[in-house]
Amino acid sequence: MRLRDAVTAVRETGDFTSLQEAIPYARFMGITAELVDGDIIGRMQYSDHLVGNASVPALHGGTLGALMESTAIFKLLWHGETTAVPKTINITVEYLRSARAEDVFARAVFTRHGRRVANVRVFAFQDDPERPVAVATAHFLLVQD
Amino acid sequence: MSDPFLSQKDDIRRRLEGRYVGAVPHNQALNLRVVDYSPEHLSLALPYREDLVGNPETGVLHGGCITSLIDATCGGAVIMSLVAPRRIATLDLRIDYVRPALPHQEVICDAHCYKVTRHVAFVRATAHHGDAASPIATSSGTFVVFRDDKRQNDDEGESQ
Repeated sequence: MRLRDAVTAVRETGDFTSLQEAIPYARFMGITAELVDGDIIGRMQYSDHLVGNASVPALHGGTLGALMESTAIFKLLWHGETTAVPKTINITVEYLRSARAEDVFARAVFTRHGRRVANVRVFAFQDDPERPVAVATAHFLLVQD
Repeated sequence: MSDPFLSQKDDIRRRLEGRYVGAVPHNQALNLRVVDYSPEHLSLALPYREDLVGNPETGVLHGGCITSLIDATCGGAVIMSLVAPRRIATLDLRIDYVRPALPHQEVICDAHCYKVTRHVAFVRATAHHGDAASPIATSSGTFVVFRDDKRQNDDEGESQ
C-alpha cells in the first residue's frame, strides 16, 4: 500500500497496521501505534537488535528517539488534514533512565499545533507512564498535499 | 618497516569496530562502519538500506536511524576523548535537520567531543553525505561520565 493510502486507511479504521506496513523502517524497528482511550500510543516491540548495551542490557538511546519521533508523526498524521508526512525540523531527546530489554511505549502531546509548524512533546515509558525513560521535544513542518 | 603510529591507529580502529560497533547490537544491526577517528573525534557511516527508509515515496532514510547514528558517533567521540575507559550515558541529544537527506546514499556522522569535565562530556556533530560542508543534520549532545563502575541507582540512566 502506498503511504498516502495507508494514512487514509488509518484515519478510517483507527488501525495503524497499514501505516507500519507502508514504512520499511517502522517494520525494521517493530514500531507501531494504537488508539487507547482516544489517544495514540506508540509502541516499539522488543527485539534483541534494539539493544545498545548488552551487559545491562539496555536499549540503544537512538531507538528511543526513533520511537518518540515516529509516535509524534503518527499522531500528526492522525489529526492532520493532509496525507503528506510532516517533516522533522528538530528533535531534542532527554534520557532519564535506562530502558530495559522490553517493549517501550510513547505518548505525544501537542504543545502547539499551528498551520505550518507543530510543537510536540513526547514521553517514552515502559511499565509506568509516570516514570518516563526518555522525553523529547520536537518541531515539525506541516507540508500541504 | 611499519609505522608505530599507524599500527597503533589500526589497533584503535580494531578495538572501536570490535567493542563499540560490533559489540553493540543496534549499531551492528545498522551496519555502522568506522570511517575515521582521532583523539576527541569519531566518524561513523550508516550504509543506505531499503529497510531503513522512512518514506517509500522519497526513498529517504528515516530520521530515527539517523538519530541512532548520531547518538552512537557522539558516544564514541566521548570514549575517544577519555584517557581511561569509563561507562557513559547520553544525557541529551539535539538534532536539527537542516536539509533533506538524499535517497540511496549512505550517511556519515562526524562527532567532536570538545570538552570533558569530571562528570560531563560535551559533543557537537554533523551528518552529511560525504561533504561535511553541506550537512543534512547538525547536532549537539551531553553525556554523563561515570567515575566508578558500580551502578549508581535506578534513577541514573544508561543508554549506551
